[in-house]
Amino acid sequence: MATLQGSTLEAIKNNQDQLLDQWINSLESNGATRNLKEHELRQQTSGFLQLLANGLQQADDATGNAEEVRRFLEKLSASRAQLGHDSHQTAYFIFALKGPLFSLLQRVYADQPALLAEQLLVVSELLDSLGMHTVRAYQITREAVIRRQQEELLELSTPVVKLWDGVLALPLIGTLDSQRSQTVMESLLQRIVDTGAEIAIIDITGVPTVDTLVAQHLLKTVTAIRLMGADCIISGVRPQIAQTIVHLGLDLSSITTKANLADALKLAIKRLDVGDSARG
Amino acid sequence: MNVNVNQSGSLAVRVEQDVVLARQQARKIASEQGMRLVDLTKLVTAVSELARNTVVYGGGGDMDWQVIEQSGRIGLRMLFRDEGPGIADTRLALTDGWTSGSGLGLGLTGARRLVDEFDLDTAPGQGTRITITRWI
Amino acid sequence: MERIPILQMGEFLLVTIQVDMHDQLALNLQEDLTDRISRTSARGVLIDISALDMVDSFIGRMIASISGLSRIMDAETMVVGMQPAVAITLVELGLTLPGVSTALNVERGMQVLRKRVAGR
Repeated sequence: MATLQGSTLEAIKNNQDQLLDQWINSLESNGATRNLKEHELRQQTSGFLQLLANGLQQADDATGNAEEVRRFLEKLSASRAQLGHDSHQTAYFIFALKGPLFSLLQRVYADQPALLAEQLLVVSELLDSLGMHTVRAYQITREAVIRRQQEELLELSTPVVKLWDGVLALPLIGTLDSQRSQTVMESLLQRIVDTGAEIAIIDITGVPTVDTLVAQHLLKTVTAIRLMGADCIISGVRPQIAQTIVHLGLDLSSITTKANLADALKLAIKRLDVGDSARG
Repeated sequence: MNVNVNQSGSLAVRVEQDVVLARQQARKIASEQGMRLVDLTKLVTAVSELARNTVVYGGGGDMDWQVIEQSGRIGLRMLFRDEGPGIADTRLALTDGWTSGSGLGLGLTGARRLVDEFDLDTAPGQGTRITITRWI
Repeated sequence: MERIPILQMGEFLLVTIQVDMHDQLALNLQEDLTDRISRTSARGVLIDISALDMVDSFIGRMIASISGLSRIMDAETMVVGMQPAVAITLVELGLTLPGVSTALNVERGMQVLRKRVAGR
């Protein structure tokens, strides 16, 4: 396989400033510098060019051991993803270097057409593979960001609060789907273990509708809490929801329900005073 | 759909103690694959139920396990197979509370609720093959 | 033969299950416990399962049996320390252990047992 000639690397090194100017111009005219500070861009472009020249010199192989270059690009992609650049803008960082580099090679190998063609191909393949690598890295970062946001959203929607010594409350707001019900149930159960709370109140005032699935999830949560040795009260059961539950033919007779959170807390404190909150 | 097998193995399930070994094996593979604790507990419990069935009703058999990959998802798949008497009425066997032995009748139905996929393949005199899958 | 130790604490018996039990071991425990209740006239039994990372229908059935048997022999059984993942799995399995008393931990279970025994 053809490799980059020493003379090519030499040319890159000797014409760094000119390459950089042209590269940055191309980036700017294509909107790939949005939200970027001037000095950051300078640092990134010159850093990459430096690495490219060094890495390739050592590696001696266009696609091979340019490990450092790759790591540099992964960091770059991550910062771009966080700045809100899209994958196209991120990849353009690499592709915009092609023009300036090609015209440089044309000048250097003006009288050696065979070598020019070969070197153009090598440079082109190298930049393409680095560009693809950048896109892949960008994708991975974006996915990580999305995953983290999803988790944060789930956590935000399931706040378990301590209401009293030994009493936890879980105010549910919004529609419950299967996945959210599961997260809610698990975090409440874990908090019971962590805090040693004897009574948990699940407040469903903010839940617009209860269907069979949600009602069953509630029932399972209450049962699991009882198995662990704590107690559960459901509060905020509005008339429509009570009707739905009866209509669905679900048996909630084993569950303590209260009209609102205040009544539930009152009952919880009373039970704690009696001191026999263990179930059975 | 293409299913890739990343890892696989087999375990004899002949005597009662093997049920414990089957559980431990399932736990080891599942935690190596990074399965969440609740999902892992469900899988291990299902394995325990099915391995016990293999010993008690199937007269002993084997558990084949696989770590599989399908459309980017990783999952654990277990096959419990025995050469026992088989099950005549599979619909009845998958009814809560029904049992041919002295158990609670929750083995098969319970195990089915604890996994994502459940496949029962049996006939009188033909032995029993149960495949379960839990995705990560 | 392999056995799970049973500790006596006053009028109560304490069992801490720390091993991955095979079925025979569970049956032995059931037998040993009923035997000890009758010999010591214990008024209560605490079964600590906080170290158990799985309870299947067999172990669940053993727990329910111990609870029922001890009640007949005038002793209360408390199952304490069930892990969240275990509780969720048991419910999904369809085993809700009605009639079995539970508490968060040994200390809490002991308090409740004392109160109940005193009230009889």
